[in-house]
Amino acid sequence: MFRNLGEMLVLFGAVARALPRLWRERWKVSEQLFDIGNASLFMACVLSLFIGGVLSLQSGPVLVENGIGTALGQLVAIAMCKELAPVMMSILIAGRVGSAMTAELGSMRVYQEIDALRTLAIHPIHYLVLPRVVAIGVAVPCLVVFSNLVGWLGGAIVAAHNDRIAVPWATFFMGLRQGVDLSDVVNGLIKSFFFAICIGVICCHQGLTTRGGPRGIGRSVTKAVVNSLVVILILDYVLTRLLLPFDSAFGH
Amino acid sequence: MTAPSSNHGLPVSVRGLRKAFDGRVVLHPLDLDIEAGEIFVIMGPSGSGKSVFLRHLIGLEEPDAGEIRVAGEKLVPDAADPRHRLAMVFQSGGLLNSLTVEENVGLYLTEHRLKPPAEIAAIVSKTLGLVQLGPADAAKYPDELSGGMRKRAAIARALVVEPELVLFDEPTSELDPLVALTIGREIVNLNRRTGATVVVVTHDRDLAFGIADRLAFLAEGKILALGTAAELRASPVPLLQQFLAAEFK
Repeated sequence: MFRNLGEMLVLFGAVARALPRLWRERWKVSEQLFDIGNASLFMACVLSLFIGGVLSLQSGPVLVENGIGTALGQLVAIAMCKELAPVMMSILIAGRVGSAMTAELGSMRVYQEIDALRTLAIHPIHYLVLPRVVAIGVAVPCLVVFSNLVGWLGGAIVAAHNDRIAVPWATFFMGLRQGVDLSDVVNGLIKSFFFAICIGVICCHQGLTTRGGPRGIGRSVTKAVVNSLVVILILDYVLTRLLLPFDSAFGH
Repeated sequence: MTAPSSNHGLPVSVRGLRKAFDGRVVLHPLDLDIEAGEIFVIMGPSGSGKSVFLRHLIGLEEPDAGEIRVAGEKLVPDAADPRHRLAMVFQSGGLLNSLTVEENVGLYLTEHRLKPPAEIAAIVSKTLGLVQLGPADAAKYPDELSGGMRKRAAIARALVVEPELVLFDEPTSELDPLVALTIGREIVNLNRRTGATVVVVTHDRDLAFGIADRLAFLAEGKILALGTAAELRASPVPLLQQFLAAEFK
């Protein structure tokens, strides 16, 4: 485990050192971004709509019964942008995109494509890992913004149309505007960026260290997704704790 | 091709090369000299350490002990050592499955931005022609090609590098005898055309004796015999004689 962790840190360091080459690899980054968007946008939309809806459905009746139904918009919005959107989008990306990355790199490793790159003096970190990690680091925060908007919409739809809640659209969004400021959204974006980098590094590392043919590829994919999920949830607590003082600074 | 005819081969000197995996010694300390511009074949039974030796020659493996010198300079196990133009044709071809044959062949020039795109396209087309692959094949992905065509595409990719040292790992494995013959001819042509030093690892006796200037017989991680084809045939090493005489009756 510690060896893996060390290797991942080394890989992260190599990616960080390769960042000056980013402009050169911009087309590969854009290809990756396109693939990530293609693979995840629809799922992100469905997931976020229902998460927002369930949040409203669970908390709406309680708030309305206690006479604070106007706070529903704020509650849904804060929960979405600070916690649910970053975590759920990261889990989605780990499952859908990270697994595919591991499988692709693992297959390249098993079938000697990575060795072939090295013999052509093409550095696998520059050619394969840098574009993937950067693309995932850009895509996840963008997906989180999208997820926030769709989740808020889902929450508002349920709030307006559920008989036990019946909080009008205007009231929901007024509560949302009054209760949420930019720092809350940025808080979620910071978290999602760190999650994304971890997913990228973990999945690329698993791919690059794949051994043992098609079975090995399967093992690597499973390991990459499970490790990513564990790291996301642990890091979520750590980052939330670290970002708490900044919440207070903004008056929460 | 840009300037394959102006190339020259590189001499390789191996001293005390040793490698073990998980405590199992795969290469016992090896000493070997490969002359510039020759076709040197390393022959031996499966699992004798031939491929591991070849991977050391291009820096894909780090030796436990000993050193390799290419043209007198110590080979550093590094992914991107640009001092010499080395190329390797892998047993599986090693073509990138996500790229077309054309993109694979032009990859070295494209990634290192050595030529403008139009010139790269012309070089790729000409190089594919040298290995008898046409424009229709160029647009295909590696998994749409036969085994022999994949090997030829891999040779084309190696040619584009204008290599001074080319390594072939089991170039005729999984190929029928006619295609194997074509690949053998391609290897000889490459050597004659470019002057590059060629090192071939194989257990195909016909190929080995058909193309080699010199051969080494490697078994259990040791070089048991070294010399020309005639010298190897006359060698008294029992394992080599067994290997050469093995026939299905």
